[in-house]
Formats: sequence, C-alpha cells, structure tokens
Amino acid sequence: MPQLTYLEAIRQGIWEEMERDPTVFCLGEDIGIYGGAFKVTDGFIDRFGPERVIDTPIAESAIVGAAFGASLTGMRPVAEFQFMDFIGCAFNQISNMVAKTHYLWGAPAPLVLRGPSGGNVHGGPFHSQNPEMWFVHNPGLKVVCPATAYDAKGLIKASIRDNNPVVFFEHKYLYRRIKGEVPTEDYVVPLGKARRAREGRDLSIITYAAMLHTALEAAEILAKDGIDIEVLDLRTVAPLDREAIIETVRKTNKVIIVHEHSRTGGLAGEITAIINEEAFDDLDGPIIRVTALDTPVPFSPPQEEYFLPKVSDVVREARRLKAY
Amino acid sequence: MRKKEDLGKDRLIWIYTQMVRIREFEERVKRTFLEHPGAMRGHTHLGDGAEASIVGALATRNETDFVMPSYRCHGYPIVLGTPPRNMMAELYGRKDGLCKGFGGSMHLADPARYFPGTSGIIAAAIAHATGAALTAQVKNTGQVVYCFFGDGAAKQGGFFESVNMAACWKLPIVYVLENNEYQAYTHISLEDANCMAGDPLSKKAAAFSIPGVTVDGTDPLKVYEVVGEAVDRARSGQGPSLIESRFYRLSAHGNAITVPPAPTQFPEHEAIGVYGNKAEFQAAKANDPIQRFRSELIKNGVLSEAEASRIEQAARSEMDEAVQFALASPLPSPEEATNYVYA
Ligand SMILES: Cc1ncc(C[n+]2csc(CCOP(=O)(O)OP(=O)(O)O)c2C)c(N)n1
Ligand SMILES: [Mg+2]
Repeated sequence: MPQLTYLEAIRQGIWEEMERDPTVFCLGEDIGIYGGAFKVTDGFIDRFGPERVIDTPIAESAIVGAAFGASLTGMRPVAEFQFMDFIGCAFNQISNMVAKTHYLWGAPAPLVLRGPSGGNVHGGPFHSQNPEMWFVHNPGLKVVCPATAYDAKGLIKASIRDNNPVVFFEHKYLYRRIKGEVPTEDYVVPLGKARRAREGRDLSIITYAAMLHTALEAAEILAKDGIDIEVLDLRTVAPLDREAIIETVRKTNKVIIVHEHSRTGGLAGEITAIINEEAFDDLDGPIIRVTALDTPVPFSPPQEEYFLPKVSDVVREARRLKAY
Repeated sequence: MRKKEDLGKDRLIWIYTQMVRIREFEERVKRTFLEHPGAMRGHTHLGDGAEASIVGALATRNETDFVMPSYRCHGYPIVLGTPPRNMMAELYGRKDGLCKGFGGSMHLADPARYFPGTSGIIAAAIAHATGAALTAQVKNTGQVVYCFFGDGAAKQGGFFESVNMAACWKLPIVYVLENNEYQAYTHISLEDANCMAGDPLSKKAAAFSIPGVTVDGTDPLKVYEVVGEAVDRARSGQGPSLIESRFYRLSAHGNAITVPPAPTQFPEHEAIGVYGNKAEFQAAKANDPIQRFRSELIKNGVLSEAEASRIEQAARSEMDEAVQFALASPLPSPEEATNYVYA
C-alpha cells in the first residue's frame, strides 16, 4: 500500500469523490488556481474545471449560505475555510440554518465544511484554534476530526457521501508531518465510530486528532515503566461513539481524556458525563482531563508550548492515575 | 480643498521619510527569515508598495484621528510614531513587543497613538472603525476615523453592512479601499464584480449614495488630495466617503506556510509564482512609488541627492537597531500566558 501524507490522503479522498459523483464540487478562497493555501486542492481546477473548483471572494457567510442552498437543490458542495478560525464568520448560517434544516423541513443538507485547524505551528490566536466544540453543541451537525492518513481519506469520503452536514477539521500540524498506508481501492471510514489505536489493560486515554499522537508517544514512554495504556481515537466527535467509550472504561477502569481545545466547556466534560451516566461503577479512579488552558492560543512560542497539552503532561497524569 | 501645492518643503520631506521608513522596516522583516531563521514565527505580511498610499493618506490627519487598518498593518503605526523597535519585538514574539509578544505581526495595537488595534480576521475592522466613528460623533470630539482595508476585504458582508450604517448616520469616517490587485493568491479579476465589469472598485460607493473616488495610490500627493477632501467632508458632518487607492503589493502575500525545518521565507510574488506573469510584476517594480517620489523631489529641488541618501541611511540605522533590539529582548515567560483572561 502506498504511504501518503495526511494532506495527500484528504486530497485523494475529495478527488475520488469528485470523479465518482458529478454533483460534488469545491468552493473556497484561493482553492482553484492556487490550489488552496495548504494545497489540498492542488491540481483540481485542471482536472475538474473552474465550474467545480470555484475560487470565491472572501465571504465566509455567503460561501456557507451558497453551499447550503446548493445542497438543498441537488448538489454536494465541499466548502473550504482557509483556516477553520474563519468559520466564525459563517456561524449564523451553520448554526441557525445548516444544522436545523433536516429537522425542520425534512430536507437533508449534504454539504461538507472543511479546513485546517489546530495549533503548535505558532500561528497566533486567529490561525491556531480548535473550534470543534462550537459545532458539537449544535444538534444536527456531524463533526469529524481525523488523526491518521488512512482515516483522513476514509472519513472525508464518508463525509461527502453523508446526507447530513459535516464539519471536517483537518489538523494542520499533521498535514505534512505524518504519513500512513492508504489503500488505492475505494473505502470509507464510517462516521461516528471510534478506533482503538492501542491495546492496553491499565488505563485508557480517550483522544483524537493531533493529540492522538501525543497520547501514543506518552503510551510508549509509560510502557517502559510497565504501565499498559489503551488509546481510543474518537475520529468523530459528533456523534460520539458512546459504546466504544464505555467499552474501554469497562476494560481498564481508569480514564484520561486529552484534547487540544481549552478546558472549560470542552469535550472532556461531555465524555466525563457520559461515563458517569453509563459506567460510573466501573471507575477505579477520577476521570482526568489533559487539555489546553483557558486562554486564546498564545502567539509567542514558549507561551503556546505552555498552553498546549504535552506528552509530559499525559505521562505525569497517567502515573498519578495508575497509582490511585 | 487641499492642494498638493500647499504642502511645504518640510512636509514633503516628512512624507518621503515616512515612506522610506516603512519600506526599510518591511525589508528588515523580510530579511529576518534569512538572517535570523526561527526568530519570527507565524504569518507575516508586508506593506511594500503601499507606502505612498499610507503616507499620503495619513499626511491629511489631525493628531487625534483614529487609524484602523487591516491585518497588513506594519506601515501605519510607523507613521504615527510607534517605535519600530517595539513593533519588531512584537513580530518576534518578545517581551518588549508592542503587545508584550501576545499579538504578532497581524495584531498590533498602540492605543495611545490612536491606533486601537488590528486583527487577522479579514474585514472585521471595517465594522470596528465604523464604531470608532460613532464614538467620535456621539462625543462630538471632531475626530475622523481612517479605515484601511483590502480589495479582498471589500467582499465581506462586514464591509457592506458597515458602510451602509456610516452613510445612514453620516459618520466621520473615510474608507480607504486598498486595491493591490490581489486577494491573497487570487487575482482581483476573479473575485470582484466591479473589476470583472471593467469598472473601478470605487463604484461600490454608489450603492450607499456616498462619494466614491479612485486614486493612483502610488503617488502620495494625489492620495493626499483625494483623502484630504474626504476627511474634510467627514469632519464637517457630511458623512463617509469611499476611496479606492490603487497600488501594487511588491512582495508575495505572506511568508510561506511550511513545515520546519523548511525555512519560512517569502516566496515569489503570485504574479510570477501562480500566474506566470513576470511582466506584470516587473512593471510594478519599475513603478516603485518610493523611487518615483524620490526622483520627483530631487527634480523639483525639494531634496538633494545627498539629503535623500541621508534620509535613507537614517532609516536603515533605525531599523537595524530595531532588529538588534528585538533579538536581544527576552521571550515572555510561559506562565504569563494565563495572565490576561478576565472571564
Ligand atoms: C475572515 C477571513 N477569511 C480569510 C482569511 C485569509 N486571508 C488572509 S489575507 C487574505 C486576503 C486579503 O486580501 P485583501 O483584503 O485584498 O488584502 P491584502 O492582503 O491584499 O492587503 C485572506 C483571504 C482571513 N484572514 N480572514
Ligand atoms: Mg488586496
């Protein structure tokens, strides 16, 4: 199987869906002639033409609104945000319209809103955020956050085929830093299904996106101390794979939740509540959160490093929980 | 009516000096990627090519007028008197930065100099500037707001919503639409309806029934006259104007977005790198507003060759010192990251 970067895997996934289904089209700022700020749609305009690879003005609200209108009338738009931070400009369209129409009108809106998110690249407060929780709190949206090249391709393809709106977060730190084996034949990764990324007995780390790699690195270090870590990669954060969460809790009885967005109102709180409701008796220790701090993403490198969850944080908390 | 003929020798030299200072600052920012790799992170965008437009516009300003540009913001505070050393330190994310290293290139602020702050969200500041004009109107301070933004930003809803309000309320604001022909990597002919129809972008003003004027933004004195008229109008309670200032960005949109260890330096200008249009770029280079204004001042006897060189040398020393200052400034302490969240 060929080794692809995370970015190339997403690129292939969109490309294949455009080949397969003529109603799929892309729109966004600088995605056509330039091929996208990060080059996810590089070469698309040559293959599919400017009618299906549309360079838009800077107008996020209208980009989403137009994608939504197109999705209601027979198309499957894939709209790119140059950085996911700018999705805030389209918040009304997404929250009030896109998320609710299937419920209100019985009309599915098959559109994908995608783009780069995440920090650790010194992009500062408007080019580093992880705004997935803005959408997790909106019933009616699926929210996808892949961590590997294989999943990135399989999930973008599943997202494009889904009849509901999907907000698809591509972690920019991973774009060209990680590679993985990706099949050449057609496949999808189902939305809403987590994956056990590492088998272990002592303690479970529940995480996703770039933090999967932080968790796996920590697990290797802890293995040397004889602590056997299980890692669950959520892959989709809405809807959450509650079964997989409960299963790993039942197995190891101890849980750390790691996410890159800030702590208050973060996904860890929600997962903790699910575990309390469904597997409280299975716990042998407190549920621990390792998250970013409750601040905007700092610009200056030492501060951003301080802000983000680190391997050393996970290792420290795992040792503490193991000893509990 | 302001006439360029009314500008005295000192004022003309001041304009040239500020243009040179902006250019020199931007050159140093650009060279940092090569000379001090790793010193500057994140996304950095330069205003080279915009100097005549920026300084020509700000030459009309009263001491307490607000200046609110977009994210491509280095040039304006230099003219307002913000020390370049603190700006450079900010770009490097250092403790002595203008915002203690919390902002970076796109997020400069110097409120004491009537520069309330800029942001990386395109067009957000058009509404903020409109609000600042509302303050000036409500408090009856006589201040005018100078609102600068790009051709790309003029496609956001925030532009249309704001200008309509300002027109309704006759706010004391001048909207300077900086048409540098590109919205990041996309040429204006692909994203602007007026441009596609062969019209100037100042035609947008007609939608709000306010004056709309297009000016050659490579000539500081033409900008001075056109913006001056709009400012006088705004100050006398007649409401906003839209000025399209046309110039060319002389560097690429921003530093390359790459993964370390690849250096994050400036790539080729999009005209060449994306559109293969070397001629367009070379024509713009040949029309460099600083060179042109320099020749004009020398020809008219305002400056001698030696005086011009002295101004340029002084700017070089000033910006050299700014780089040294920024490099010597410590990084902020990590723990300080949590200091300024109040809710
Ligand atoms: C809301 C938002 N959308 C997209 C971007 C990404 N972006 C940064 S600069 C830019 C182009 C801006 O063009 P223009 O307004 O003409 O200003 P210029 O860069 O030419 O000065 C884009 C699309 C952003 N920063 N904010
Ligand atoms: Mg522009």
